Amino acid sequence: MSTILVQVIVGGLLLGAIYALFSSGLTLVWGMMNIVNFAHGDFVMLGMYVAFVVYTLLGAGPLLGAPLAVLVLATLGGVVYFGLIREIMKGPMLAQILGTFGLALLLRYSVFWWFGANFLTLPENIVGGTFDIFGLRIQASRLLAGVVALLVTLGLHLLLTRTSLGSKMLAVAEDSTAAQLMGIRPDTMQAIAWAIAAGATGLAGALIATFFYIVPTVGETLGIVAFVTVSLGGFGSVPGALVAGLLIGVIESLSAYLIGAVYKDIVVYSLFLSFLWFRPQGLMGKT
Amino acid sequence: MRRYLWASVVLALFVAYPLLFASAFQQRLGALVLLYAIAASAWNIVGGYAGQVSVGHVVFFGCGAYAAMGAYAHFGLSPLVGIPAGIVLSVAIAAIIGVPTLRLSGHYFSMATIAVAELVRLIVTNTNYLGAAVGLSGPTVPRNVLDLSFISALPYYYLFLAVLSITLGITWWMANSRMGFYLRAIKDSERAARSLGAPASRTKLYAFMLSAGLTSVAGALYAMMFGFVDPESGLGILISVKILIMAALGGAGLLFGPLVGAAILVPLEEISNNMLGGKGAGLTFVVYGAIIVLIARFQPGGILTLIKRLWAKHSKASDPGVAAGATHAP
Repeated sequence: MSTILVQVIVGGLLLGAIYALFSSGLTLVWGMMNIVNFAHGDFVMLGMYVAFVVYTLLGAGPLLGAPLAVLVLATLGGVVYFGLIREIMKGPMLAQILGTFGLALLLRYSVFWWFGANFLTLPENIVGGTFDIFGLRIQASRLLAGVVALLVTLGLHLLLTRTSLGSKMLAVAEDSTAAQLMGIRPDTMQAIAWAIAAGATGLAGALIATFFYIVPTVGETLGIVAFVTVSLGGFGSVPGALVAGLLIGVIESLSAYLIGAVYKDIVVYSLFLSFLWFRPQGLMGKT
Repeated sequence: MRRYLWASVVLALFVAYPLLFASAFQQRLGALVLLYAIAASAWNIVGGYAGQVSVGHVVFFGCGAYAAMGAYAHFGLSPLVGIPAGIVLSVAIAAIIGVPTLRLSGHYFSMATIAVAELVRLIVTNTNYLGAAVGLSGPTVPRNVLDLSFISALPYYYLFLAVLSITLGITWWMANSRMGFYLRAIKDSERAARSLGAPASRTKLYAFMLSAGLTSVAGALYAMMFGFVDPESGLGILISVKILIMAALGGAGLLFGPLVGAAILVPLEEISNNMLGGKGAGLTFVVYGAIIVLIARFQPGGILTLIKRLWAKHSKASDPGVAAGATHAP
């Protein structure tokens, strides 16, 4: 294998780790409450803009931008849960889909209205230069983003499987009435799940902003990426989202390199649709 | 009897509108309201009656628009010739999306429609035969009346009125046929409907295909009126948004809901665009987003359901017998 091909694959894995991070938020909420957040990609977009604002106002990089983005988005997640999700969950399917879809538009075009449609970027050297590892040239920003995203996704998995909070959340996902009888408040757990899911998108947004273009409509593309990742990995499964996210990152990078950059989304979307036909439960999901 | 009287009065008002409000702006506005009402009514068949929320309906709209313009640009034919091709293509795409997803929960369907709409937009943007990013144009100078290229909006107004009447007629017929009863049963409880032998997946699929075909007609009419189509105007996600919000605001699953929604939102958008210019485009969609959230949160049945409920409450006070039949809880 040529060095350049390895470099493309490594780049894909690093990007895929970020896909895995924000998709695990979507899969958590979906698996727990059976509701799809159509604004998920736009949450990531907000995280990117938080990082951008932190840089322009304070001149600070992701070291400050990322925690702040997590804080802002986690708060937003909680607010959205109590203000909107809790009510529309009782309503018909139409209300559930319209509610989060409307939220997506509201966020996307508020940002559009405020910041304009221009492509913004953070300075290229905000994290540091470029490394040479075994002959591979890797941008420090991508390396940092990929590694942090990978660690946090794994941490999220451990949180869900190894802590009492995680067990409580899984109990609510399994049967919220039974969980309530055991003294767990489903409402609190679901709000925490929304805060965690949104916080994960905030972190992913702040990380990806260090090397990605920042534009209000980026959430649309990233939202579809999250859907693809979750449906590929199986609903409610964080490890599934991790594997699927890495896979999609690599597939995207390879198709951009081998076929052409404009075709990478076409390849990913087609993959998603063929999965719906042949294996709707995902790679690792149960039937 | 009184119902038919009301219907005739409303129809007469629609026929008379462009004669009473004869300025070019008003006639164009009227035509646009009817055009979006056609698209939103078509969406209503699958989104309202079948309860399957398509957020990628623009793909059918685009099929119609591109077929109509393609017929002229590539074969020198009247854009009208493209309409059947657009319908066939739309129905085929609807089947491709619908067959796998309508067996699953409604979320899959919504996600798949978004993905297909984006996929088609990306493919068309990179296909030279379809004009890539520039799009396709219709006849600049009409050769004969069949090119349906007019300077005034008046002929379009009556054409759209006729097509809207047909669309609503089909919807009404469907709602009162066996299919309509199946759809209502499925919407109430799919499991119960299935256990009683209603073919749930197939009925939803038929509704989706019917809706797709009608939406493509709306797309073709749109392209004829504007004389061109490009990926933004024919396949942009915001067209889906407009179609969906009009139906939901007016009342999804009600015959006249989409028309009411279009009659409110189209003038609102035209006026805000005129007043705010290009900067207004973003703000318009902020407002749209807020409206959608508020409908979902407080009134999922839309304005017509609200009016019906208030009306039933009002008439209940005077005549309890009539009100019982007229109430339809959201």
